Amino acid sequence: MLAFIVSRILQAIPVLLVIGFVSFAMFAYVGDPVTIMLGQDYTEAQRIALVHQLGLDQPFFVQYAKFIWAALHGNFGMSYRLAQPVAGLIAQRLPATLELVAVATVFSLAIGIPLGVYTGIYRNAKLARLGMALSLIGVSLPTFLIGILLILFFSVLLGWLPSFGRGDTVRIGTWWTTGLLTVSGLRALVLPAITLGLFQLTLIMRLVRAEMLEVLRTDYIKFARARGLSNHAVYFGHALKNTLVPVITIVGLQIGGIIAFSLVTETVFQWPGMGLLLVQSVAVADIPVMSAYLLLVGVVFVLINLIVDLLYYAVDPRLRVDRATAGAAR
Amino acid sequence: MSATQAPAKPAPARAPSRWARALDSDLLYSFRRSPLAVGSATVALILILAAVLAPWIAPQDPTNVANLNLLNSFNPPLPLEGSDWTFPLGTDEQGRDVLSAIMFGSRISLIVGAASVIFAVVVGVAVGLLAGYAGGMVDAFLMRAADVQLTFPSILMALLVDGVVSAELPRNLHATFQIYVLIFAIGISRWPQFARTVRGSTLVERNKDYVMAARLIGLGQVRIMATHILPNVLGPVLVLGTLTLGLAILDEATLSFLGVGLPPTQPSLGTLIRIGDDFLFSGQWWVTIFPGVALVLMVLSINLLGDWLRDALNPRLR
Repeated sequence: MLAFIVSRILQAIPVLLVIGFVSFAMFAYVGDPVTIMLGQDYTEAQRIALVHQLGLDQPFFVQYAKFIWAALHGNFGMSYRLAQPVAGLIAQRLPATLELVAVATVFSLAIGIPLGVYTGIYRNAKLARLGMALSLIGVSLPTFLIGILLILFFSVLLGWLPSFGRGDTVRIGTWWTTGLLTVSGLRALVLPAITLGLFQLTLIMRLVRAEMLEVLRTDYIKFARARGLSNHAVYFGHALKNTLVPVITIVGLQIGGIIAFSLVTETVFQWPGMGLLLVQSVAVADIPVMSAYLLLVGVVFVLINLIVDLLYYAVDPRLRVDRATAGAAR
Repeated sequence: MSATQAPAKPAPARAPSRWARALDSDLLYSFRRSPLAVGSATVALILILAAVLAPWIAPQDPTNVANLNLLNSFNPPLPLEGSDWTFPLGTDEQGRDVLSAIMFGSRISLIVGAASVIFAVVVGVAVGLLAGYAGGMVDAFLMRAADVQLTFPSILMALLVDGVVSAELPRNLHATFQIYVLIFAIGISRWPQFARTVRGSTLVERNKDYVMAARLIGLGQVRIMATHILPNVLGPVLVLGTLTLGLAILDEATLSFLGVGLPPTQPSLGTLIRIGDDFLFSGQWWVTIFPGVALVLMVLSINLLGDWLRDALNPRLR
C-alpha cells in the first residue's frame, strides 16, 4: 500500500515540475516586461537598470529557481494591468470563487443524486424520460447561454434576483470575505450557482442513473428483495451506498471542469472571482497573473488527481488484494 | 416443329456497385429507422447549408456598412409590434439583420469548429499511431504528455494558448490572425483524446498477422503505419470527431463570449451572443437569444448525430 502511494506521488512530481516550467517560461519569455513597465520612451540606462532590478540578466536556471522559490513563498510578481502584487489579487478573489464552487457543487449533488436515483428506479416513467432528454439538452447548452437565459428570466423579466456582482460581503479573519452571511449576498449567489452547477447536475444524474441500473441487476439486490425487504430498504439501504462511490470520485475529477466553467459563469455574472481575473488578464496579456493562475490551478489539479487515485485505492479492495496476494506468492 | 426454344441464358451475375452496397448497408438502414438520427441530420444539414450559402442567400450582408440604416435599429422580431417583414428576427443596434448575422456567424463558427477538429485529428492520430506502434519510451512519454494535458480542462488550455500566442503577435496583426490562433488553440486542447483512442486501436492491430506480413516483406515502418494500420483504426476516430465537432463549436463560442475569440468585425455566434448580452437589460432580448438558439440547435443536432453514429458503429449493440 505504501508502495502505491509513493509511486503515485513520484509520478505526480514530474508533472508538477513541467507545470512549473511552463508557467515560468510563460512568465519570463512571453511579452516584454521592460516595455510594459517603462512605456515607450526610455533611455538605455533606464532599461539596463530595470533589467538588473527585475533580475532578467541572470542565467535561465537562476531565474527559474528564483521564480519557484518566490512562488513557494507566495510571491508571484506584479500584475501588469493593475500594478498590484499578484498574490494579493488572488487572495482577494479566491474566497469568491471558492464559495461559488462550493455552493454549486452542493446544489448539483443535492438535486442530481435524488434525480439520478429516481430515473434509475423508475426507468420508463414519463418524468424519467423527460429528465433524460433535458439532460441531453443540458450537455449541448453552453454555460454562458444558461447564464444569459437565467438572467433573462429571473432578473430582467421577473426581477427577483440580481444579475451581477456578489452583493454585500462580510469579512472574516484577515482576508476571507463571505457573501453567505448577508441576504443580498445569498440572493446574488443563487443564479451563478445554478448556472455553474447545472452541467455537474446532468453529469451526476446520468452517472447515478447508470450506476443504479447496474447495481439493481446484481444478485445481492435480488436476494434482498427475495428476503422480503421493503423497496425503501433495498434502494436506500443497499443500492445507494454502492452507487455513491464512483460518483464521489467522478465529482472529484470534475473539479477541473468546474473551475473551467467558473471562468464563464464569473464572466456572465461579473462575479469578482479568480475566473474573471484570468479572463481579464488574458484579454490584455497580463502575463504574471496568467502564469500564477496556471501554477496554482495546475498544482490543485495534480493534488486532486492524486487524492482521487488514493481514494480509489482505499475504496476498491480489489486493488489492495491483488498486491497482497502478489506479495504473499513470492 | 416444337415451339420450345432454348431457355434464355440468365444474365451473368455482376457484383453490386459500391453505391448499391452503400444503399443496402446496415448503417443506412439503422439511420432510416431512427427518427432521431434523421431529424437531427436534417436540422444539421439545414444549418450547414444556410451557413455555407450565406453570402448568396442571406437577406442582408451584415459586413457591408452601406446596407445599414440606423433607422432600422432595434426592430423586434416578427410577431411583436414594430417589426418588419424584411427583418424577420429583428435587428441590432446598428440596423443589422439578426437572421443574416446568424447565417454569417454560423459560417464562421462551423469553419473554426471543423478546422480545429481536423487539426486535433491530424495531430492526435499521428501521435497515437506513433505511440502505439513504437511502444517503449516513446509511447510512455507521449501518453504521459497526453494524460497531463487531459487533467486540464480544454477551455482553460485554449484560453491560455490563445493568451500566449496573442501576446506574442504584434497588435496590428491580431484581427487577421485571430481565427488561426483560435483554431490552433482549440485544436491543441483536443488532441489527447484522439491520441489515446488511436493508440489503443494501434496496440491491437500491431499484433495482427497482416502487419507481421507487411514487416516480413520489408515495408518501411512509416508505410506500415500509414497504409496498413491507419485505415483500420479510423472507425472510432469518426465517432469521436463528430462529438468533438460539437464540443469545438461550443469551445469557440465560449472563447468568443469571453472576449478572447473572434472580434466583432468577423463575428461568430459566440461573439454575437456577447454583443447582444449588453442589450439584454434594455429589453432587446432578440439580439442575443436568437444566435443562442442557433448555436444550441447546431450543437444539439451534431451531438445527437454523433450519439447515433456511436451506437450504430458499436459492434456489441448489433
